[in-house]
Amino acid sequence: MKFLDFLLNALAIGITFLYGSTGEIITEKAGHLNLGIPGIMGVGAACGCAALNVLCSTGTVPPALIVILGILAALAGGALMGLLYSFLAVTLRSNQNVTGLAMTIFGIGLTKFVFNRIQQTSVDGVKYLIAKKYFRFPFAWSTTSLQYLGVMVFLGIAVAIVSSIILSRTRVGLHLRAVGESPATADAAGINVTRYKYVATIIGSAIAALGGLFYVMDYSGSPEAYLSVEAMGWLSVALVIFSLWRPYLSIIGSFAFGALFILGSFLPSFGLSVDVATSNLVKTLPYVVTIIVLIITSIRNRRENQPPASLGVSYFREDR
Amino acid sequence: MEYAGTQMQPVLELRGISKSFGSIKANNNVDLELRRGEILALLGENGSGKTTLMNMVAGIYFPDEGQILINGEEVVIRSPKDAFDHKIGMIHQHFKLVDLFSAAENIVLGVNDGSKYNIKNVNERVRELCDRYGFNIDPKEKIHEMSVSQKQTVEILKVLYRGADILILDEPTAVLTPQETAKLFDVLRRMKADGKSIIIITHKLHEVLSISDRVAVLRKGEHIATVNTAESTESSLTEMMVGKKISLNIDRPEPKDTVWRLTVSHLSGLNEEGLPVLNDVTFSANGGEILGIAGIAGSGQRELLEAIAGIYNPDSGEILYNDPKTGETVNLRKKTPLQIRELGVRLSFVPEDRLGMGLVGSMDITDNVMLRSYRNGPLNLLDRGTPRQLAQDIVDDLSVVTPNLRTPVSRLSGGNVQKILVGREIASAPSLLMAAYPVRGLDINSSYAIYNLLNEQKSHGVAVLFVGEDLDVLLALSDRLLVLNSGRVAGIVDPRCATKEEVGFLMTKSHDEGSDSADDGTEGGAL
Repeated sequence: MKFLDFLLNALAIGITFLYGSTGEIITEKAGHLNLGIPGIMGVGAACGCAALNVLCSTGTVPPALIVILGILAALAGGALMGLLYSFLAVTLRSNQNVTGLAMTIFGIGLTKFVFNRIQQTSVDGVKYLIAKKYFRFPFAWSTTSLQYLGVMVFLGIAVAIVSSIILSRTRVGLHLRAVGESPATADAAGINVTRYKYVATIIGSAIAALGGLFYVMDYSGSPEAYLSVEAMGWLSVALVIFSLWRPYLSIIGSFAFGALFILGSFLPSFGLSVDVATSNLVKTLPYVVTIIVLIITSIRNRRENQPPASLGVSYFREDR
Repeated sequence: MEYAGTQMQPVLELRGISKSFGSIKANNNVDLELRRGEILALLGENGSGKTTLMNMVAGIYFPDEGQILINGEEVVIRSPKDAFDHKIGMIHQHFKLVDLFSAAENIVLGVNDGSKYNIKNVNERVRELCDRYGFNIDPKEKIHEMSVSQKQTVEILKVLYRGADILILDEPTAVLTPQETAKLFDVLRRMKADGKSIIIITHKLHEVLSISDRVAVLRKGEHIATVNTAESTESSLTEMMVGKKISLNIDRPEPKDTVWRLTVSHLSGLNEEGLPVLNDVTFSANGGEILGIAGIAGSGQRELLEAIAGIYNPDSGEILYNDPKTGETVNLRKKTPLQIRELGVRLSFVPEDRLGMGLVGSMDITDNVMLRSYRNGPLNLLDRGTPRQLAQDIVDDLSVVTPNLRTPVSRLSGGNVQKILVGREIASAPSLLMAAYPVRGLDINSSYAIYNLLNEQKSHGVAVLFVGEDLDVLLALSDRLLVLNSGRVAGIVDPRCATKEEVGFLMTKSHDEGSDSADDGTEGGAL
């Protein structure tokens, strides 16, 4: 029973990483390394929770609508961040690493500001947490770890599967991958490189933003959760490498990451007594595993397991 | 189409096409016509404007003046997509393929015919095309697993898949072995029989004679003539290609006190694709004279100079160098590039990508000059004063146009970048100076400044190797002229009495003849 608890928990927290990595994979397939994912996830959580805080204070909005509007608000916040990143990195061709890190710094700052405001302005505490039980539909009544399997868990897996199909089976996916591998070739073939880069980055950012909302609203469901969104964001970026830029592998990877991430806190319930330091050390396992995966793929050096060839390189048609 | 005479109507006609890049006229008032179901060879030296002309048909460039007619109707081609819409497809020298994709995925890339995308159907259609024209390609194979000739086949399939009727191939045989070339020609003949019209850009005469129906010759951006291949010979085509000798008034002081400096013997090596790029190259160079090196682009010039500089590692042969300081003879093949530099060998290579080799684009002129002297200076501190003075001298002597010495070199024009590169190498007082294409892209005055610099080095007793493109310049400046042809020494001639036709013939004749007369050539060089 404890083990089942552990698995359900791992699956749930993994969904946070799944949103983040699916979004980042779509962006990276267009050749854009968006290191702003942690900030974008924060902004997603902030926008979603700010909207929920308003929606929940009236008490008249139907639950289904609350969930949908909350998700839409997070999507919009993420998309705006993606648009800003695209403008900087695609149109102005600024350095992608610098732009991404700036987005994270900006996004996390904005997140803290928004959550602070929510907590200060609401006299009787945060309202948005009321929505937690709606997000955890259909298992909100459960007292076991089953309660974590809310709508956004299924939505996350669905998004990863759909992304995977689009990338590998459709013309749009083929064109997107071509843009990320060799923008000059795509350009010569008549593909609008700039448009693909913009759309992929914006959609990817919007999806990643849902990860932030899911983590704060659904998985944690506590007022302080926003403080650890950034850490979730970096793990999502690591998961992209772990899953070799494939959304369907990311589903399995997110579960593995989730399991490793919570292993420390579950060790006592498995009958192993550990101190706090050890339990925190165990939390680093996802990063260790990612490094191992990087080493293995680098040694095997298969072209299929490498990042998109033009990742991180700005494209300018007249460059020779 | 019904009325009489359409048989003779060209599928593609160019009228009075001109195109300039800055002050350089790449094409001047060119007329050209391509008939249905023929193979037209477009012949010309490097820089004669062949590729530029065809790029205008393929939608890469837009002509400054002139008309393009397809089946007698004037069309405007502004992009590769426009060209596809008019059923024109060009196979460029540098392949545009996604390495990680399969052949079929590359072929279908960018094609949106409204049908549902299904890679199985694409594979099927590609197989049909392969059967029809005799290609040997697996649609599912990834590009990065393919040979160069297979990649080229994919490029051709890409064009055919889009339904092109007019195919333009830009030097398709440059990357192929003779066997692969023969195979390609079979395919071209099959496409011709299928009613396709083909333009093949080349500067290899034997290929022109074996594959084409007619030959259009370009020289210095102008259309010289279009002739029937059956009525042409290698010598008549060479004459049209190189033209009459032009007097350039470049100084050529008599070499004096020449001393033996370098002997390259039996040097052979392969390029990255595993094809032979240097083949038994033997010659020697003397201090106090300029040895010109002529050849079609990619005949091994780059590898030869890089081998001497220690950058390229040939498979066999020796490079013997007489160190003027000690009088000792050393084999450069056993030395590192740094050791070779310290022996006084300088390579001022001006490759296709000027900034890629030799200069750092984001650094300023002083810093770039310092790349050759950063080891000087007390302790680990850099000596900036001397390089700054040298940079100022280069800017003044060669009249480099720059706001100041702090300007990053990537902001300067190509010609100015080149002057800095050549100036820096010459300034280090070499005893063997190698300059490849040092005047490419430069205006007349800058070019003469460079020629004077090379002559000055010669008078100081430096052995100068000068790789050039313009035969007139090579014949006017060199004391001896070595001709490379497909990695072999086709001959060493005396530029004071050799004609352009002779040199052009040595540059372009086919392999078999090349090996015969290479022996004569080396003997001639001993004169």
